[in-house]
Amino acid sequence: MPDLGKYVVEVLSAYALTLLLLAGLVVISWARSRRMKRALEAAEARRANG
Amino acid sequence: MSIWEYANPLKFMGWTAPLVPVLSVLAAVALSVGLIWGYFFTPDDYRMGASVKIIYIHVPSAMMAINAWAMMLVASLIWIVRRHHVSALAAKAAAPIGMVMTVIALITGAIWGQPMWGTWWAWDPRLTSFLILFLFYIGYMAMWAAIENPDTAADLTSVLCLVGSVFAILSRYAVNFWNQGLHQGASLSMDAEENVADVFWVPLLVAIAGFVLLFVALVLVRTRTEIRARRLHAIVARERMG
Repeated sequence: MPDLGKYVVEVLSAYALTLLLLAGLVVISWARSRRMKRALEAAEARRANG
Repeated sequence: MSIWEYANPLKFMGWTAPLVPVLSVLAAVALSVGLIWGYFFTPDDYRMGASVKIIYIHVPSAMMAINAWAMMLVASLIWIVRRHHVSALAAKAAAPIGMVMTVIALITGAIWGQPMWGTWWAWDPRLTSFLILFLFYIGYMAMWAAIENPDTAADLTSVLCLVGSVFAILSRYAVNFWNQGLHQGASLSMDAEENVADVFWVPLLVAIAGFVLLFVALVLVRTRTEIRARRLHAIVARERMG
């Protein structure tokens, strides 16, 4: 681990918040994509079956 | 084949399907390499100490906050001029990503600013224009959510995007327009003399590449979701009518 000296709190909190926000963005985007894909497949199957 | 045919929703779904996993892997690799390199293997700055490591997240996120709006502007103009639905949906898809990038830039800037400037916040031209850009992102997303007719929403959000572009440009060039305020000049420049030292610059470029790739991958994923949502909405509306 690098020695962050007196800036340890600043650097670690900046990285932690960034990674948290980016991970949240990726997870939300991916989850909505999966949900929408399943819903559309179900709707198209209903439509195909009349 | 005309370039505009790639904006056909069916064609767009076809050519982006194999691209998304490739871009996602490239983004993960570039982000990991850039951030690990910057965090673990770069020296402290002689004035800023270890706080310089925040540059590897602050600069790329600030760049993407502005460039996401620039991408939305291009997509909005295409919608206004050519009425391609995929371009309007791509602009809608990019907004939350740009908003998160703006939040990261604002938060990491404040965290860095406290020990360096002695304050979390100052009404400095660049900081203020970034805050206004954030408010434009919120307004843009709220407008999409509030208007039921998708074409009307695309029209009005495109106009809002044009207006907000003034602040995106100000966010980028505020440090050049006004030679005042706390924020220092650009960390990256076409002029090599003004750039940060190579030991910081190279991992920073890798981190920027990671943020750009992540942005593109997420825009594609979210645009594909919006296209599916539009199709689902049409099917459900037809079911209700018949």
